[in-house]
Amino acid sequence: MTTLTTAPTPAPAPPAMSRSHSAALSLRKKARQSRALVLPALFFSILMTQIPFLVTIYFSFLNWNQLRPSEIAFAGFQNYAVVFTGPDFFPSMMATVIITGSSVVLSLILGLFFAVLLDRKFMGQGLARTLMITPFLVMPAAAALIWKWSMLDVNVGMINVGLNLIGIPSIAWNTDFPVLTIIMMLTWQYTPFMMLILLAGLQSQSREVLEAASVDGAGPLRTFQWMTLPHLRQYIEIATLLGSIMLLQAFDPIAIMTKGTGGTKTLSYLLYERAFIGLDVGQAAAFGVVTVIVTIVVATLALRTLFKVFMNGGDR
Amino acid sequence: MLVKKRVITVGTGLLVTALALTGCSGAGGGGAASGDVTLTLATVNNPQMKDMEQLKGTFEKDNPGIKVNFVQMEEGDLRAAVTADVASGAGQYDVVTVGAYEVPQWGAQGWLTDLTSALADDPTYDVEDTLPAVRTALTVDGKQYAVPFYGESSILMYNKEMTDAAGITISNNPTWQEVEVAAKALNTADHAGICLRGKPGWGDLFAPLTTVVQTFGGAWYDENWNAQVNSPEFVEGVNFYVNLLKEAGEPDPVSNSFTECLNQLQSGKVAMWYDASVAASILEDPATSAVAGKMGYAHAPVYKTKESGWLWSWNLAVPKTTKNAEAATTFVKWATSKEYQQLVGTTLGWTRVPPGARTSTYSIPEYKEAAAAFAPITLEVMNAVNPKQPGLNPQPWVGIQYVTIPEFQDVGNQVAQLVADAIAGRSTVQEALDKGQVIAQTAGDKQK
Repeated sequence: MTTLTTAPTPAPAPPAMSRSHSAALSLRKKARQSRALVLPALFFSILMTQIPFLVTIYFSFLNWNQLRPSEIAFAGFQNYAVVFTGPDFFPSMMATVIITGSSVVLSLILGLFFAVLLDRKFMGQGLARTLMITPFLVMPAAAALIWKWSMLDVNVGMINVGLNLIGIPSIAWNTDFPVLTIIMMLTWQYTPFMMLILLAGLQSQSREVLEAASVDGAGPLRTFQWMTLPHLRQYIEIATLLGSIMLLQAFDPIAIMTKGTGGTKTLSYLLYERAFIGLDVGQAAAFGVVTVIVTIVVATLALRTLFKVFMNGGDR
Repeated sequence: MLVKKRVITVGTGLLVTALALTGCSGAGGGGAASGDVTLTLATVNNPQMKDMEQLKGTFEKDNPGIKVNFVQMEEGDLRAAVTADVASGAGQYDVVTVGAYEVPQWGAQGWLTDLTSALADDPTYDVEDTLPAVRTALTVDGKQYAVPFYGESSILMYNKEMTDAAGITISNNPTWQEVEVAAKALNTADHAGICLRGKPGWGDLFAPLTTVVQTFGGAWYDENWNAQVNSPEFVEGVNFYVNLLKEAGEPDPVSNSFTECLNQLQSGKVAMWYDASVAASILEDPATSAVAGKMGYAHAPVYKTKESGWLWSWNLAVPKTTKNAEAATTFVKWATSKEYQQLVGTTLGWTRVPPGARTSTYSIPEYKEAAAAFAPITLEVMNAVNPKQPGLNPQPWVGIQYVTIPEFQDVGNQVAQLVADAIAGRSTVQEALDKGQVIAQTAGDKQK
């Protein structure tokens, strides 16, 4: 590809040609060149994303259990029938909505709170910011193990020891509150992510506007509501969108802590279960295809509504 | 037109590059020494297997011309790799480690080489010396498809200091009722009465729970593959387990399996524990365990059956697709021989000898001394269990805490999740098992 980038610059247009004509030509040439430059990346991304998806669609029409390789056969829509009539899909979708939704909202609120706190000059600001970001940098599996053993363990977990200190008996988080456990962990992990995006938004806000508001007699709360929040609109949108996409895929805490009990069997865990415990490639593929379609539909609708809410609320 | 041409040129360029790259790697990987056989062994990454890799030099020295190459992977990856290899006939692996649950299934599928005559024809190997119960679990229709590398059963372990303090004695063959009374008496503010697995999973919660169900007279399936999951006996067994957990069990049971219970026992947070016999060797290690020398051991508690221990083994097998069957069999025999046990004992230490595979292991003086606390009971229990009929009624498969059908791990997992809900009090045991019955029946119908 280096040969393309170092291609000789086009020779100057012959003087006989009219100026506009030569300009149009070189423009077209430039466009062609840039398209050619994009091609390898495009080709690569199609190869890496679309072909596996097509293969998945093909698999979803097969009857294929890994432990019965001699019985691989075309199954028509049978796997899809299992998805929609079986007992797994709809509870799992509900679990996904509850876990993803609550985690996104909670980490967004907390992220906003911490972003506002960090958006000022104070001693050790850099250190505080780094420490705040850490949970997001820890690998999800490691974070889940930390939560399981160091934070929530009934005997030695920090949260339970803390509760004991103020006279509250230990809580069996995993057994009694599996959904809350997962939401808590995911919120802890994604709050820094939300905070980073919102902090960037806050720091791009013009100081003059804020000064003008305070000269006009607006208190900090009113300034926040009428100046800062509308300004943050697009940052909140992008944080919600990216956060939802990432949280939809959350898998590690469920696999390590709750194993899908008590309403924590999200779509990603269900998929894993069908493929690697059920060993049913066809069914897992069908679940995957349906999940992708549902996600696209939900994401599109949710985003539209979100846009509207903000458009009407924050008149900018 | 120009644009199109450009696309084609770029595309062709990429294709050529790709071809050239794959060509290169193909040429580089193809060089193997002539005459010599290199065996590829795919294994789970357990400590005993790592010991085997450490000692493979001795085998290579004794068998010139055979080299052994270890590929260690997680259990799930191993299964996928081996099934894909066998299904495609690629013959990439010459020796594989297979769990007791899968040996009969893979054997019946025709994926594994029948080792019966190779083992019986070699008097020095002494196949009769391998534990009969384990051998039974690895045999289908008179053909033995794998040899045990190490095996285990389940036993009741208890902290003698705590039972003595409470004035409780546990008999060598306790009943579950006896254990229930003891657990309630031992359940104090400082420590729980008993630790039982609650983590959902066919190999986690349902390993001990299936043995409880069986001794209460229940079973997953009857002789005609009709699911029995909501039968009164199955429900009674699960109810007993769940109630015992609620009244005298460790807190937060859904988090707990083997490792978690082991930790709690070692740190004095529970008084008793019903789990794999292999745990005893860890509990008795004075270097790492605070309760070494303070432990008592008993048979798995029973109710309506005479014995209730489970049976598990990790085994070595030779896939049908291998191109080096003879050399592979030689290696399998070496790694499970009496000499190998001596080799481990003398070079790595006697407590690291793979347990539960050979009767003669238990008469090696050094091993008897090093494993005095738990070796006798392990052998006793492993010789007492009956994998052909662990429960009250005959069953159409061989195996104790599992059902040897491909669907079982899925069924076991889903029912375990439902039972975990019952443990947490989100549903009753009856409700959970009524749902489980439907799941189990779907799988049972496929066996008919």
